[in-house]
Amino acid sequence: MYVAVKGGEAAIEKAHRLLADRRRGERTVPALTPEQIVGQLSLAVDRVMAEGSLYDSELAAMAVRQARGDLIEAIFLLRAYRTTLARFGVSRPIDTAAMRIERRVSATYKDIPGGQLLGPTFDYTHRLIDPAMAEDLPVEEPARRPSSEETALRVTDILNSEGLIEPDARSESEPGDLTRDPVSFPAGRDLRLQALARGDEGFLLSLSYSTQRGYGRTHPFVGEVRIGLVDVEIDSPELGFAVKLGSIRVTECQMVSQFTGSAEEAPRFTRGYGLVFGQSERKAMAMSLVDRALRADEFDEQRLAPAQDEEFVLAHCDNVEATGFVEHLKLPHYVDFQAELDLLRQLRRESHPLQHEEETQEAAE
Amino acid sequence: MTLPAYNFAYLDEQTKRMIRRAILKAIAIPGYQVPFASREMPMPYGWGTGGVQVTASILGPDDVLKVIDQGADDTTNAVSIRAFFAKTAGVATTTRTAGATVIQTRHRIPETPLKAGQILVYQVPIPEPLRFLEPRETETRVMHGLEEYGLIQVKLYEDIARHGHIATTYAYPVKIEGRYVMDPSPIPKFDNPKMRNSPALQLFGAGREKRIYALPPFTEVVSLDFEDHPFSVQRFSQPCALCNATGVYLDEVVTDDRGGRMFVCSDTDHCETRQADGHRGPGLPQTQQEDAA
Repeated sequence: MYVAVKGGEAAIEKAHRLLADRRRGERTVPALTPEQIVGQLSLAVDRVMAEGSLYDSELAAMAVRQARGDLIEAIFLLRAYRTTLARFGVSRPIDTAAMRIERRVSATYKDIPGGQLLGPTFDYTHRLIDPAMAEDLPVEEPARRPSSEETALRVTDILNSEGLIEPDARSESEPGDLTRDPVSFPAGRDLRLQALARGDEGFLLSLSYSTQRGYGRTHPFVGEVRIGLVDVEIDSPELGFAVKLGSIRVTECQMVSQFTGSAEEAPRFTRGYGLVFGQSERKAMAMSLVDRALRADEFDEQRLAPAQDEEFVLAHCDNVEATGFVEHLKLPHYVDFQAELDLLRQLRRESHPLQHEEETQEAAE
Repeated sequence: MTLPAYNFAYLDEQTKRMIRRAILKAIAIPGYQVPFASREMPMPYGWGTGGVQVTASILGPDDVLKVIDQGADDTTNAVSIRAFFAKTAGVATTTRTAGATVIQTRHRIPETPLKAGQILVYQVPIPEPLRFLEPRETETRVMHGLEEYGLIQVKLYEDIARHGHIATTYAYPVKIEGRYVMDPSPIPKFDNPKMRNSPALQLFGAGREKRIYALPPFTEVVSLDFEDHPFSVQRFSQPCALCNATGVYLDEVVTDDRGGRMFVCSDTDHCETRQADGHRGPGLPQTQQEDAA
């Protein structure tokens, strides 16, 4: 009789009911609250906000919970909500020089004005699973430096005062938005940076790693990584001045890379740039390395490596796109498979008629 | 925090206008891939987001929607997309090809010939017919612009040289009105002839790849081939085991672990309609009168 698997609404409904059960887990254990996720899994929330490109920690925490901790699924949830929101304006460029800094390190100078601030970092911890994590032991209050309104000069500004590094690219034009306009290639650096900021951390990490291993080498130094709060302001035409909407936490990385020069210009360092929502040093550093690699044409470098190939990187860095298309392979494909089966049987019949006959007989026996 | 609220058929009206403009351009240039600002949808890329966006943009409250995947109305993804529009647009849905005004499909064209006024929306994974010959979009756009299609003919020729046949069995490339080479989406080549001169409007949506293209009614669609190796479609040596139909596309169903197979219509609506009309295939219990047809 006809045994083909029938999907049907009832089966889907039951599958989703089971999913909800597994998401909740053991009922005698209290459910996670969004506050707990925001407070105690804050780096997961930061990643979801960054790659979901929506700065809303509460929604991101709900998405992490709904996705059972699958961060790409949570990013997808946030994206599918973000896409329905109206875009009512463009903020002024955030000023990271005015950042209220929590962490700031430079690898290019031993000491810098404003100091090296380690902040809340995993660096220099020994990766030994802490037995205390099995319990809820009291945690010491952190030591705090006296608050000051002082801001720290960016390392690139220090280098720039001597003309040793290319200056900030200045533009008054509104940056492109790949969520509102289709991308065509070459995309331009604004769209590239947007794509990288939304791009998958793992993909960018591996790509940037490949540049360190010779596939598009850029001789990088971490000029500076800084993490902290910056104000977001929007110009108000009615008022004639900018209005502060609030503050966001961002991680910025300025990568100082090999110098270039020409007959007309004295040699100077080039830069790669990374900027990510929340605290994500790994992502910001990877982004800055890939950004620099993608600028190969600007510096007349040969484009040979994957990380230097704009079309390759931009077309494949989005994990929501990638996971959708890879996972769609589990959807039924039996119509196309039937067409392939049919052709394959015909080809086998024609190429080895005798052998085919024997096999068919064996199968029938 | 405000809880989310959604527009008719999910997409906001500005997005629908943008997509409609892309659709109009696509209809004006049959077979040309129009870039559009594809949105993230609440289902994954690769699961029909392009088709869903096209459907969402053309759907009106009076439309009757049919959704098929692999020709079947009851495959899980078809069920999910149909439920999505029933929920977000509140439109009537049907499984009857003849009764639908909009049909969204993945991998098949219904067996029942389409009529004027109907719209067939295809879900497209890779819209670029030259993609697997040339991975770069910058290159393929130039190739389309210059009508440089030699590469794809060489590919088909190499198939013949190697296998004695053109080895493309689905997503078989077609040329539209003598101009653009187009990917018909992964329908089996069996369905290619149904695209030609169809009285229905055919729209193709690729969400992840951000492209829309179209075939207006009564468009010339030619499957690429050679004079000495003309295009041909799959033929099945037996009729549908359930409804006895011939000249339709059949799915092979494995019935046991001893090599048992049966072949049944891929188009479930076509099969059920025929069975309701009294047609009975050899796979059904033969207890009832055999001359019911």
